[in-house]
Amino acid sequence: MVDAVAFYVLAALILGFGALVITAKSTVHSVLFLVADFLCVAALYVTLQAQFLAVIQVMVYAGGIVVLYLFVVMLVNLKRPPEVHSDPRRLGRLGVVMSVAVLVELVAIFALGWSKPEVTGGGGLSPKNVEQLGRLLYQDYLIPFEVASVLLLVAMIGAIVLAKREL
Amino acid sequence: MITTTHYMVLSAGLFTLGLLGVMTRRNIIIILMSIELMLNAVNINFIAFSYQLQNPIGQVFAVFVIVVAAAEAAVGLGIILAFYRNKETINIDEMSLMRW
Amino acid sequence: MVEAIILPLVKIVIVLVAVLVTVMYIVLLERKVQAWVQVRLGPMRVGPHGILQPLADVLKLFVKEDITPVRADRWVFTAAPIIVLVPALIAFAVIPFGKTLSLFGATMPGYIADVNVGLLYIVSVAGIGIYGIILGGWSSNSKYPLLASLRASAQLISYEIAVTMTLVTVIMLSGTLSMVGIVDAQLAGGWWFGFMQPVAFAIYFIGGLAETNRAPFDLPEAEQELVAGFHTEYSGMRFAFYFLAEYANMIVVSSVATTLFLGGWLAPFPNVSALSFLGLVPGWAWFILKTFLFLYVFLWVRATLPRYRYDQLMRLGWKWLIPLAILNVVVTGLLKVLVK
Repeated sequence: MVDAVAFYVLAALILGFGALVITAKSTVHSVLFLVADFLCVAALYVTLQAQFLAVIQVMVYAGGIVVLYLFVVMLVNLKRPPEVHSDPRRLGRLGVVMSVAVLVELVAIFALGWSKPEVTGGGGLSPKNVEQLGRLLYQDYLIPFEVASVLLLVAMIGAIVLAKREL
Repeated sequence: MITTTHYMVLSAGLFTLGLLGVMTRRNIIIILMSIELMLNAVNINFIAFSYQLQNPIGQVFAVFVIVVAAAEAAVGLGIILAFYRNKETINIDEMSLMRW
Repeated sequence: MVEAIILPLVKIVIVLVAVLVTVMYIVLLERKVQAWVQVRLGPMRVGPHGILQPLADVLKLFVKEDITPVRADRWVFTAAPIIVLVPALIAFAVIPFGKTLSLFGATMPGYIADVNVGLLYIVSVAGIGIYGIILGGWSSNSKYPLLASLRASAQLISYEIAVTMTLVTVIMLSGTLSMVGIVDAQLAGGWWFGFMQPVAFAIYFIGGLAETNRAPFDLPEAEQELVAGFHTEYSGMRFAFYFLAEYANMIVVSSVATTLFLGGWLAPFPNVSALSFLGLVPGWAWFILKTFLFLYVFLWVRATLPRYRYDQLMRLGWKWLIPLAILNVVVTGLLKVLVK
């Protein structure tokens, strides 16, 4: 009962904030709604027994990536007029139609029938969430972990090279 | 009773909202943020299935999705800044140097 | 049912009230300590020796006129101080004040919640507090607060990296992210982590000074620079929130330093039976004592050291603290493998 209420409230907040992200007039307001959206998604992860992922979502996504977006928005917003909604190729209306079609398809697939896969191995989620994830990342999935760290290094160097001024 | 289907419908809804944002908005920063919404929808799906199948690999993959999203956001914003310094615009209709 | 809802609510109310009262009195303590360092007396008029000065301050801030700049973004301008204050307060949910507390005859755990990712929770919540500073400066729609807020947030995110690296070494020693588990690991290991990890302790303290915008890293909000920084346009209760948030952050940093490096609620030498009379003092009293020790050092440093210039500040963070913290992680890892 409590988890049903929690799910519906969080789902409404997530979808509501998501809609506000894409429709807000001011870019800074969009960024703020994105933060609120990510915090609600983190709360949803807590109800799904993924506590480590919830704090990582807050720390990395809401507390790191969106701060980056906010900085860029403030740097770029300084002296421009608000965005002119010109739509010379009618892509906007086509986009809405396509998105609604995708939504209807997905909901039909999920709600009407999909073969339930049987429970494969994995040993179950332990309440010691962090230890379990740590073990998996460092033993079974070590190579993707190392590749991800190289990816982050490359992205860091790339961002610095792209954005620096020629002094 | 909240089944995995509920989570999948939520994820589909969030994905569609992100898709709408990418298709209809002209501001490139909003487009990048909508891509983040889509990645979050995928993550919700992973975590929901990880909970249903009691298999922690879903959470491991979600961590990697977050890593990739961080890298993509950093480089994407770097590109936007570099473009803004040259052309003084963030409207995607005006970023058409290489279009026929 | 009662234990699940009523007791945590009571604890939350007690912690919130205690934090807010402590914040008010730390403001007074700061003025007094600075005054005594400068061979003067500080506030003496309101109440005996100025004890009731915080009440006068609160009353003044309450009745001050609430000015909003004309073209400021109204909603964000109002929300920014709240976004700074709330993370500072909710970080107290995982800080353990003692192993058990007996209140009204009932014995209950001395913390509001023991989350198994408690330390990461505090770090992530501190990251959310950065938004209040950025938004406060931006929404004032004027030059000085905007520049100051960009400086302040750049400073915060730079030092957050060094601080998080030191927390990694503590986690390596204790094997768990839960705050209660870290104190238990210090009890089991026999040494407080402050002695096993002096470098991490020092880096954490310096980083904590920078994270809370305290001297000598308080360039973003100093009165002599940038006209009081990112809270220039704030007055009345909203300014009071920024003020409260800064001091509450100080208390959070001190509490976390106590839990991680000074043994939390443990008496000194808990494993030495000759000194077990120290166990008569309850755990939460030791915790408060150690936290106040840290807070006093914060105030002492403010009264003593000159301010860092912004580029010196960033150089210290990026070129000294972060490499030192990473080196510390590597050395701790090596020692842990070799010594076992």
